[in-house]
Amino acid sequence: MLAYSLQRLALAVLVAIAVSALAFLLLRASGDVAIALAGEGARVEDIENIRRIYGLDRPVLTQYLDWASRLLHGDFGQSLYFKSDVGGLVLDKLPTTALLAILSLGFALGISVPLGVLAALYVGSWIDRLCLVVAVVGQALPNFFFALVLMLIFAVSLRVLPVSGSETWAHFVLPTIALGYYVAPPFMRLVRTGMIEVLDSDYIRTARAKGLSRGSVVFKHALPNALVPVVALAAVQLGFLLGGSIVIETVFALDGLGYLAFQSITHKDVPVTQAIVTLLAFIYVGLTLAADLANAWLDPRMRVAR
Amino acid sequence: MSETAAILVADVAAPPPGALLRRRALAHKGLMIGAGILGFIVLLALLAPLIAPYDPHAQDLAKRLVPPWWYEGGSRAHPLGTDNLGRDYLSRIIYGARISLLIGCAVMVISGLIGTALGLAAGYFGRRVDMVLTFILTVRLALPLILVALAIVATVGGSLTVVILVLGLLKWDRFAVVMRAATQQVRALDYIAAAQATGASTLRIVLGEVLPNVLPQLVVVATVEAASAILLEAALSFLGLGVQPPVPSWGLMIAEAKTYMFFSMWLIAIPGVALSLLVLSINMVGDGIRDVTAPGGRN
Repeated sequence: MLAYSLQRLALAVLVAIAVSALAFLLLRASGDVAIALAGEGARVEDIENIRRIYGLDRPVLTQYLDWASRLLHGDFGQSLYFKSDVGGLVLDKLPTTALLAILSLGFALGISVPLGVLAALYVGSWIDRLCLVVAVVGQALPNFFFALVLMLIFAVSLRVLPVSGSETWAHFVLPTIALGYYVAPPFMRLVRTGMIEVLDSDYIRTARAKGLSRGSVVFKHALPNALVPVVALAAVQLGFLLGGSIVIETVFALDGLGYLAFQSITHKDVPVTQAIVTLLAFIYVGLTLAADLANAWLDPRMRVAR
Repeated sequence: MSETAAILVADVAAPPPGALLRRRALAHKGLMIGAGILGFIVLLALLAPLIAPYDPHAQDLAKRLVPPWWYEGGSRAHPLGTDNLGRDYLSRIIYGARISLLIGCAVMVISGLIGTALGLAAGYFGRRVDMVLTFILTVRLALPLILVALAIVATVGGSLTVVILVLGLLKWDRFAVVMRAATQQVRALDYIAAAQATGASTLRIVLGEVLPNVLPQLVVVATVEAASAILLEAALSFLGLGVQPPVPSWGLMIAEAKTYMFFSMWLIAIPGVALSLLVLSINMVGDGIRDVTAPGGRN
């Protein structure tokens, strides 16, 4: 287990380094930051000046190493648009997005686990078909369109929830539903197929033969095993949620990391965009590492170091 | 004698695999409904200049925000009404199908070529090649896709070509994952060893023996990816960082209608439903192909 863990950790560090370099390169190489900063109608001298001030005239590798070494000291640099410390700005918005992500994941699991279990228990029944429809529609509905429809129904017609903002818990209800439903379909399918497989296995037949109650067989014996792959998926989907939050937060003007990312992108505030991209990438790497280690702990067969 | 007869009967009774597949496809309700809707949308897109009643860019400021014909104040002249610039909504929806389908197909081809090549190589060669390619794949998966796509489009400038290239170059991950796993399975089979024993070149084995046998999985991923590319383009355009006005992209139409949606909700409902229907039909076709080609069916 130790050898496997160390190996996974080393790989995660390598991936983190590679992805931070790639993000740096992509964001710097896709356009000239200095020209964007100088704005329209800037003279050539102005652009040259900006290059010098921000150190953009140095080789890309030097710029990256400089940026990375500052990052290791916790310095994300200065925001060009918000005129403040990037680290503080990002830390300020992180809790809102973290809360939204956890609520959405909770919502997704809350609808997909019961529906998936019911669908697996009654394969081919109306509940199975309902589950399929919910999953298929969830995959087809553009999340921003669903968010606008929710807004029209609950905030405009019924007037029970606020349209946008992030001041109270009520502001989180619609974004949670919009984002949660967006990531629910894969969970639903996974729980359903997992349960069908587990319910068909020998130990469940044994449990039934012992005369255990149906509830005990389903919830105590079958469900925990069917949920093992769901843990791994949840880690991946949480990273996916953080990315998807950019659309939902922008629609609801929810003042989190996603909205900040959108603002930084539209204002060409590269240091902020870069910090968020890198942070989300690191969170994803951390989550997949945690999921792999959790899986190895749960299932010794996965501990083989390669 | 009777044995030969039995074999002959069996030969006649068992239909060729192609016909069997066709029969299963025709019996699959989801696949047929999905293919029907998708075919209809493709037809609309192809025949857009013939079907669309107006030029999708033609503005008529005297007829702004006319509601669809089933609303009070709507008229048959504009069956789906007009937008805030007086452009015929039906014509814009019909031309919008072209944008979505073009994005879906182009992104699918670019990312499919990259992902399939990487997946085949990783699965077939294994060992070091697999390690390196898996590493590249892990790095790609760690990049937040929407964020990076938005940032690149923002600096390069939004246009149809840029959106296609950015999404195509970023979205190959699922192709690589699925093709790698499928190739690993096929690679262990006897006919690959047989092909190697006859001295066939690696390229020939990969393209002639491996690829045809992982084709069903490839087609299924391709549908999933086309659908997801269409949704991503719509999201980018909705955020103002995708296809630029006055192109009739469905995502952009929803963005343009956002200001008016409280009074004229059909303006977001119509492109939203069109987008959902297109993605739904592609997913139904993909699920159907998976069911029809997999021996086990849906479970």
